[in-house]
Amino acid sequence: MLDIRNVSLTFDPGTMDEKKAIRNLSFHADKGEFITVIGANGAGKSTLFSVISGGNRVDCGQILLDGNDITNVPEHIRSRRIGRLFQDPMKGSAPGMTIEENLFLAAGHGGWFAGVSKSDRERFRERLSALGMGLEDRMNHKVGLLSGGQRQALTLIMATLNPPDLLLLDEHTAALDPGTAEKVLKVTSDIVRENKLTCMMITHNMQSALDLGTRTVMMDHGNIILDYSGDERAHLTVNDLMKSFREKSGAALNNDRMLLS
Amino acid sequence: MEFLETLLSLGQSTLEQGLITSLTVLALFLSYSMLNVCDLSTDGCYALGAIVGGMVAKGEFPLMSGVSPALLPFLSLLFAMLFGAMSGFLVSLLQTRMGINSLLAGIVVNTGLYSVNMAIMKGSPLVSIARNDTVFTLTKKLFKGTPLYDWSAVIVLALIVALVCVFLFFFLRTRLGLAIRATGDNDAMVKASSINPIMTTTVALCISNSFTALAGCLMAQFSKSADVNVGSGVVTIALASLLIGHTFFKKTGMGLRIFGMVVGALVFRTVYTVALRFNMPAYMLKAVSSLIVILAVFVPYITAKTAKRRHFSEERRSKNA
Ligand SMILES: Nc1ncnc2c1ncn2[C@@H]1O[C@H](COP(=O)(O)OP(=O)(O)OP(=O)(O)O)[C@@H](O)[C@H]1O
Ligand SMILES: [Mg+2]
Repeated sequence: MLDIRNVSLTFDPGTMDEKKAIRNLSFHADKGEFITVIGANGAGKSTLFSVISGGNRVDCGQILLDGNDITNVPEHIRSRRIGRLFQDPMKGSAPGMTIEENLFLAAGHGGWFAGVSKSDRERFRERLSALGMGLEDRMNHKVGLLSGGQRQALTLIMATLNPPDLLLLDEHTAALDPGTAEKVLKVTSDIVRENKLTCMMITHNMQSALDLGTRTVMMDHGNIILDYSGDERAHLTVNDLMKSFREKSGAALNNDRMLLS
Repeated sequence: MEFLETLLSLGQSTLEQGLITSLTVLALFLSYSMLNVCDLSTDGCYALGAIVGGMVAKGEFPLMSGVSPALLPFLSLLFAMLFGAMSGFLVSLLQTRMGINSLLAGIVVNTGLYSVNMAIMKGSPLVSIARNDTVFTLTKKLFKGTPLYDWSAVIVLALIVALVCVFLFFFLRTRLGLAIRATGDNDAMVKASSINPIMTTTVALCISNSFTALAGCLMAQFSKSADVNVGSGVVTIALASLLIGHTFFKKTGMGLRIFGMVVGALVFRTVYTVALRFNMPAYMLKAVSSLIVILAVFVPYITAKTAKRRHFSEERRSKNA
């Protein structure tokens, strides 16, 4: 369903701050896969998501969604099929507007001149109550009054009101306390399962990277260096993962050195 | 008795001026408070509305030659709004498609509009509509012999302002209106909701500038003339009124916030009228509006700052104790 072909992305090209964030990356995801993405800080995980969802345009390469080339499709069009949760909980919702208004915009039903209807409201209530955070009783509160965790949970509901074909989750539980994080992760996997979504989830928690989903990839220096699925993944431990990361990224480092000398 | 009469007529002219201003304030409410764009083309757009409106009311605008004179005052309002919307479209085009910073886009259009306005007047410095009908003369005829006669201008203006308020109230609850608010609030969220922020910005600036031009047109019809400088300083006066209205109706629902814009305009005009009674020269209007804008921004800034400082110095004191 998702095909990334030889994509590279450079920030601030031609300046002193030039940074190659994605280097000739190729990747394929099948429909229904739930892929966890791990990698050190600065590996390029968030940038990869931004490339997929259209927040950043690539230097070269191609991105295909169900065989359609979306490389040059603008972000707001891609978002009809690609849902995204940002690493920053503040980014996904409008703080000056109420929970209901945020959900209504995300739902995207009705024409431009439609307002929030009673059935909309009921649907929002029902979806919010699945979070168990009491947000369904605060529909007319400004989103800016919510905590970061509550906002991230709300964004999850917003992104999945109309189930997207591809859901991108960027450390969406990193800002939450452990209890809430667990709850949101549970809701996440329920939504993904019920709607049979294709999903990619970035996490720094190696254990949940292996526990959740059907496939795990590791990024380093703007590329995917490890890719586990099926039986191989089923027997993998966090220790194995750490070990092969050290081997792989160590090798990458040596290669760079060799190129330099 | 005489005193009462003076007061009444003062109140009347304050209402008339305030209501006209309030349309510009409502325009800025949409662009400045909702979309979060400071649209500095307001002055030029107000003059554009006044001049296009004046020329149409006179029947000297293209297409107007064969039109029945009774229709002209209304076509004047319509054309003013249309041209205002076009000016707003230009501002949005510059900032969304041509990479020009939003403040600069407004300033550039504002400057350009001076020439456009002169051209529409065919080079003459003034449009006089003294001998033509306006919406105000028409209502005066309608109310002839009734007690409403003296207040006909206030009634017309109140009606128009009420219409604009009701429109805004309902518009801002629609998906499009909410999308405009969200664009001013967090445009990453707007894109994630499959809405094009360029579209929302364009729509908001078109609507907002059509209101500004409507205000200019009503001012021209009211004072029976327009010149190229009628708009000068309007943006600051409107901003001052907006900020006054905002302090009164900060934490309320949308309806009251919209109503607060009208209140802000009326309060501003009242303060100004009172100051005139105390022999402040009329040319001080613009300095007063500048001062109000400065104070309205500075006072909350400094109180927040000192409150913070006090909080931390108290904390330090209690730690040392
Ligand atoms: N807008 C930007 N401008 C310039 N450089 C950027 C920008 N965004 C990211 N980068 C750089 O690109 C590289 C990859 O960043 P990215 O945010 O994708 O990392 P990440 O894998 O998500 O890391 P983390 O785990 O810390 O979130 C980093 O070196 C970062 O400094
Ligand atoms: Mg990241």
